[in-house]
Amino acid sequence: MKRWGEPLADHTEAHALASHHKHQFETIEQQQETSTLGMWAFLVTEVLFFGGLFCAYTVYRYLYPHAFAAASHHLNYVIGAINTAVLIGSSMTMALAVRAAQLGNRRSQVVFLLLTIVLGSTFLGIKVVEYHDKFVHHLVPGPHFQFEGPYGREAQIFYSLYFAMTGMHAVHMIIGIGMLATLTVLAWRGRFSAEYFTPVELGGLYWHFVDIVWIYLFPLLYLIREGG
Amino acid sequence: MSQHVVPFKIYAVIFATLLLLTLVTVDVATYNFGMMNIYIALAVATAKATLVILYFMHVRYAPALVGVFAAAGFVWLLLLLTFTLSDFITRGWIAGFMG
Repeated sequence: MKRWGEPLADHTEAHALASHHKHQFETIEQQQETSTLGMWAFLVTEVLFFGGLFCAYTVYRYLYPHAFAAASHHLNYVIGAINTAVLIGSSMTMALAVRAAQLGNRRSQVVFLLLTIVLGSTFLGIKVVEYHDKFVHHLVPGPHFQFEGPYGREAQIFYSLYFAMTGMHAVHMIIGIGMLATLTVLAWRGRFSAEYFTPVELGGLYWHFVDIVWIYLFPLLYLIREGG
Repeated sequence: MSQHVVPFKIYAVIFATLLLLTLVTVDVATYNFGMMNIYIALAVATAKATLVILYFMHVRYAPALVGVFAAAGFVWLLLLLTFTLSDFITRGWIAGFMG
């Protein structure tokens, strides 16, 4: 521990060696742990942000269980399952990108970041096809909404939640892909090393969080059984 | 090297388990267990989320404080859901009692 007013000579010397080490942190490990904790604090606010949507979903599903089951049958669960696998795959490549960064392997880091972008974009592409299908079949809430059977009004609530939740998730994916593109450029330029790769680590946390949101959205939206 | 590097094998096992659990959740939904369906689906989703948080997000290897932060988010989410449902689920009881 250094006391105030003590000479910083050795400190600045170490600083020159590890330029990413900010002076307010004792060690680069402490700096890294602080960044991770800060990112988690942000992710907790994200849990509660999506939590509001999940809470609205819970209330309406409790009130209209049959309508939710009927409306859910118009979603293609095979496409949903494929998209879940694609997103889990992108989490895998992201984890491997962080691992490559830890090992200081620039080439595989860039490759895995690019693969994550490709899988994330595939997910969004499939989502576009699904959204288009909902427009064609008049399942988008609004004046043109049509739903056969006794649950027209309640089905519209289901699809409002469907678009709000998957739409908010997709916005997070788009932001995530922008973030990954930035990280790829930085990694390509050799800005990260085994000693300093905090942006990749934190980007990974964000990407995995978005994956977790979808892990809950998939069964809740696509796999509703009558009476369940 | 300041951080624990997770072996590739562990990532591969977690990845395979996540895909397997996705198949399980799709398959279970084709059977009618009545009210149990939603609980099974949520249990499988929570198992998957836990694996992602512990291994992909390195919480298992991080300082305990990170785990506390992560858990706090979900505890508050549970509070939100519990108190909201304690309202909606009991509304019918009071209507029945009054009527």
